[in-house]
Amino acid sequence: MDRLHLTQHISRQFNSEIEDVRRQVLAMGGIVEEQIAAAVRVLVAREAGALGEIREREQRINAAELAIDEQCAFILARRQPAASDLRLVLSVMKMLADLERIGDEAKRIARLGEHLLNEESGADVTAALAELGHVARDMLRGALDAFARLDEQLALDVMHRDRRLDGSFRSVSATLVARMQQVPEQIPVELDRLWCARSFERIGDRCKNLCEFVLYLVRGKDVRHSGLAKGDAPRG
Amino acid sequence: MSNSVTPAIDGGASVSREQAAGAAPALRTRALSLWYGARRALDAVDLDVPARRITALIGPSGCGKSSLLRCLNRLNDEIEGTRVEGEVRLGEADVYAPDAFVHELRRRVGIVFQRPNPFPLSVHDNVAYGLRLLGIRSRRELDERVEAALKAAALWDEVASRLDDGALGLSLGQQQRLVIARAIAVEPEVLMLDEPASALDPAATLRFEELLHELAGRYTLLLVTHNMQQAARVSDFTAFMHAGRLIEFGDTDALFTNPRERQTEDFITGRYG
Repeated sequence: MDRLHLTQHISRQFNSEIEDVRRQVLAMGGIVEEQIAAAVRVLVAREAGALGEIREREQRINAAELAIDEQCAFILARRQPAASDLRLVLSVMKMLADLERIGDEAKRIARLGEHLLNEESGADVTAALAELGHVARDMLRGALDAFARLDEQLALDVMHRDRRLDGSFRSVSATLVARMQQVPEQIPVELDRLWCARSFERIGDRCKNLCEFVLYLVRGKDVRHSGLAKGDAPRG
Repeated sequence: MSNSVTPAIDGGASVSREQAAGAAPALRTRALSLWYGARRALDAVDLDVPARRITALIGPSGCGKSSLLRCLNRLNDEIEGTRVEGEVRLGEADVYAPDAFVHELRRRVGIVFQRPNPFPLSVHDNVAYGLRLLGIRSRRELDERVEAALKAAALWDEVASRLDDGALGLSLGQQQRLVIARAIAVEPEVLMLDEPASALDPAATLRFEELLHELAGRYTLLLVTHNMQQAARVSDFTAFMHAGRLIEFGDTDALFTNPRERQTEDFITGRYG
């Protein structure tokens, strides 16, 4: 789908450069999504074996960030893009930073999960964390889909989902604080869980950023810090 | 036209200096159409050229950019078989009024072409040419105004010691700035530039663009360019033309990041054709 006609330049070489950048961003996004899934496996299914692959995957994410950033710099220098081409390159450069940070949050969750591998208590809290992880991963997938299809409505849906994730985070936080008050010796464990919840919430925030860049790309209007327009309601 | 700058001949006319003194000197066209014989070159163009700003005219070859410039100071009058409809106003003055004084119009609306073409005279006399036609005879006044014009055109430092040398010995970049000096010596309000930097090398082009920035505070500049990066770099406003029509006009930053019209987008991103 090419609503912005991004690959209809007279120069076929330029088309392939633009297409390549989009493809690489989606590939990087896919790796970041796997990273979240692996972090959830460490945290919820206590899969210690996933830690090695998480470290290896982080290298790939960092390498992808550098490579795409460089490709964007080449396009700016060589093509001097304008209008939707310029917005694509600018959006991608900003999205890269958010994708990389999402990868960092996932790694942090995995590291905290490592502390909790032998923790027996709190199956219900773990289930709530798993749900946060599920929503965060879903938001990332939605943001990447919105970018791939240049789908404004999908981007808006994901942005609205962030509010629900924030609500779930507050509720998990309240539960964890109550547990700390009840069993003070469990505070270190519950703090680790709180940091995990916080990281999932941050992932949601960054997915919202990704969607804001998709909206900028499609609409040509920066929606950051300005709130959404009245018509920007989620579907359903 | 062989002259790079159309020299002025003084005259009391419907387009007079007095009229322009108070109001902001901006050009305005309404439903401006132009035919070369049976061929329509401009189609109902409505354009406001903001005063003392740089407006770039962009569009594919044959879209009417140069024809539009030539309408604005009536250079098309010189071409057999042209017909103009609609209105052009310079300030309040009707450029096509039957009693409009064309030479005075061309003093107020100067034009510089793609190839710098100084007269085969000295540097000094090139700039003094239009002034002499205006009736200025005093050597001192001529010298002062030549110096001021050369300074304004960012050429004085390079030619101050060889004002009596032939202008054809200057480099292309210097010649183009000399032509600008000649144009502004007669104190126009609007300076139209038709691909003025396309014969210059990159360094001379950048120097020339810097000059445009300096001139913009004093003159209304209308720049035709094929180089979209140049339009983006130097202009405050950009007008995109296609097939004789004005498709989009707007703030240059907005037009190059988020054009309103699909045709503009296709052109500036190289999707045209």
